[in-house]
Amino acid sequence: MAHDHESAQTGARTALVDLVVAVLIFALGALVVYDSYRLGASWASDGPEAGYFPFYIGLLMCICCAVVFGQSLARLKSDRRVFVSTGQLKQVLVILLPSTAYVLGVQLIGIYVPSAFFIGLFMKFAGKYSWLRSVAVGVAVSVVSFLLFEIWFKIPLPKGPVERLLGY
Amino acid sequence: MEELNALFHGFSVALTPFNLMLMIIGITLGVIIGVLPGLGGANGVAILLPLTFTMPPTSAIIMLSCIYWGALFGGAITSVLFNIPGEPWSVATTFDGYPMAQQGRAGEALTAAFTSSFVGALVAVIMFTFIAPLVANFALQFGPPEFFSVYLLTFCSFVGTGKGNPFKIIAAMLLGFAMAAVGIDIVTGQLRLMFGFTELLSGFHFLVAVIGLFGIGEILLSMEEGLSFSGHTAKINPKIVLETWKQLPRYWATSIRSCIIGCWMGIIPGGATPASFMSYGVARKMSRNGDKFGTGQLEGVVAPETAAHAAGTSALLPMITLGIPGSPTAAVLLGGLLIWGLQPGPLLFVEQKDFVWGLIASMYLGNIAGLIVVLTAVPLFAAILRVPFPIIAPVIVVICAIGAFTVKNNMLDVWMMVVFGVVGYVFKKLDYPLAPLVLALVLGDAAESSFRQSMLMSQGDLTVFFSNWLVGSLTGLALFALFWPLISAAIARLRGS
Repeated sequence: MAHDHESAQTGARTALVDLVVAVLIFALGALVVYDSYRLGASWASDGPEAGYFPFYIGLLMCICCAVVFGQSLARLKSDRRVFVSTGQLKQVLVILLPSTAYVLGVQLIGIYVPSAFFIGLFMKFAGKYSWLRSVAVGVAVSVVSFLLFEIWFKIPLPKGPVERLLGY
Repeated sequence: MEELNALFHGFSVALTPFNLMLMIIGITLGVIIGVLPGLGGANGVAILLPLTFTMPPTSAIIMLSCIYWGALFGGAITSVLFNIPGEPWSVATTFDGYPMAQQGRAGEALTAAFTSSFVGALVAVIMFTFIAPLVANFALQFGPPEFFSVYLLTFCSFVGTGKGNPFKIIAAMLLGFAMAAVGIDIVTGQLRLMFGFTELLSGFHFLVAVIGLFGIGEILLSMEEGLSFSGHTAKINPKIVLETWKQLPRYWATSIRSCIIGCWMGIIPGGATPASFMSYGVARKMSRNGDKFGTGQLEGVVAPETAAHAAGTSALLPMITLGIPGSPTAAVLLGGLLIWGLQPGPLLFVEQKDFVWGLIASMYLGNIAGLIVVLTAVPLFAAILRVPFPIIAPVIVVICAIGAFTVKNNMLDVWMMVVFGVVGYVFKKLDYPLAPLVLALVLGDAAESSFRQSMLMSQGDLTVFFSNWLVGSLTGLALFALFWPLISAAIARLRGS
């Protein structure tokens, strides 16, 4: 636990992240207001225009985020809580980055091959399993999902060159 | 009596071997989903929804609702054995369930949890059977202003019953509404909020949002905590079950109170989580052993579990009768109904009798099946939890990706899922609630069109929402809920001075 405490000192502070997120949502709200205004946010001859409802949604979003921004600003000095420590962030990235790479893989060569690689490599490097076990689990999950989706449920998933080689 | 006849007809619809098989499969899948981190009720149902498109709607909803019951049961297993609530509504179960497991009374705690879940659900289903047709009948007279005020009440209740910062609750909710507005406006045909991206033509699909926010977000959170499961083993044999059952009647008063809290909180969209906490709190106040709560009291397991299940079941009541889901999972089920071409709302009771009563009958049967499955298979489910996280995490990511892709056979959705995952992670850590966001995304279009229709009726006059006693009291109630944080703060200050 002592280690946790140390690493807790070095990391993004919650109040700061709160500020950033409030600004981001405010920006989205402003975007909504802008586009709704462009479309027309008042009354036309046939009733409310397309931007009528979203305009107020965006406006309220901006107001709420302004309040949240103010609240976080007020406790920026006093609130020392840490949003995510460096150690925790590393842990999160350990799954987030491979997942992103996996999705890229799915985009490029279909879902089944990247799935096997993703699971196998993650087990090997994040879980320190033996190659044999990692490969076995990765391939097994891929094969089972292939049987389940392509053959039994007839739901086509993204496929690439390897599946084409096998005749699918 | 009409309801009873309809119910028996429902049983005849639900009781086919195929449907019974789906029930067992659904419950088992549901418990697994409830037990695993990153796969909750809402997310699990969202992923499995595309698998049911080829089934007849009645069978599909039976299976999906059984997954939902299973997930409700499953949350208790992790709470008691591992002190990790598998679902938010089982957090309160850890307070007394885990100490019981530490004392070697895990079997007793689990039996109590499952049995009280069953009782809570059963009471809620009975209530459902008799009240739902009345509500639906009543709602047949609703016009657009009434519907909009019900939507308003739904969303304002989140502010009234939520614990967090009300501005964050509203901001999350509005974000959902804004996302729902993206794409073609159904009334004018204009393109809204797309900024030239044609991929956004059909808007954000809520299933993708659910899979990302709840699934990937949860995985990221679990990784951060560096989850290492170390739990207690549970032995459940008929002897323990019978002995626990003998003790349970003693807590009848707690049970009744929890059922009432659960049913009420489920219908208004507070949902199962606050219901379980509230029920635990009330039980601790009312019980003679209140001061011993937290040290392993059976009553402390009975109270939250009964309420959570009663709330989880009654959350389906507004979904079926009004088309307004009381929880994220109910929202996903509602999305399923729409995809099968069934329009939830009061007319469902008139036009789709087979479907509605089949569903209600399956609630009875599904909970009985659920109780049997969980009581007999606890060791199996606990074993799943012992599968190390480095195996589970990537497998769940793969399952989520498949789920997101199958929604519209669109690769962009898989990318959206990753983005939503990060958003879910950040929002959860900053206390932006996800449930109102998802509900707003699901109901956004319906709420907007009822608002527009009301405005058309009144020529832009907002007093239409106070034009008769019904819509007026609904709107008034909604405003009361919206300003409840202010009101309660004022009351507290008055008392303080």
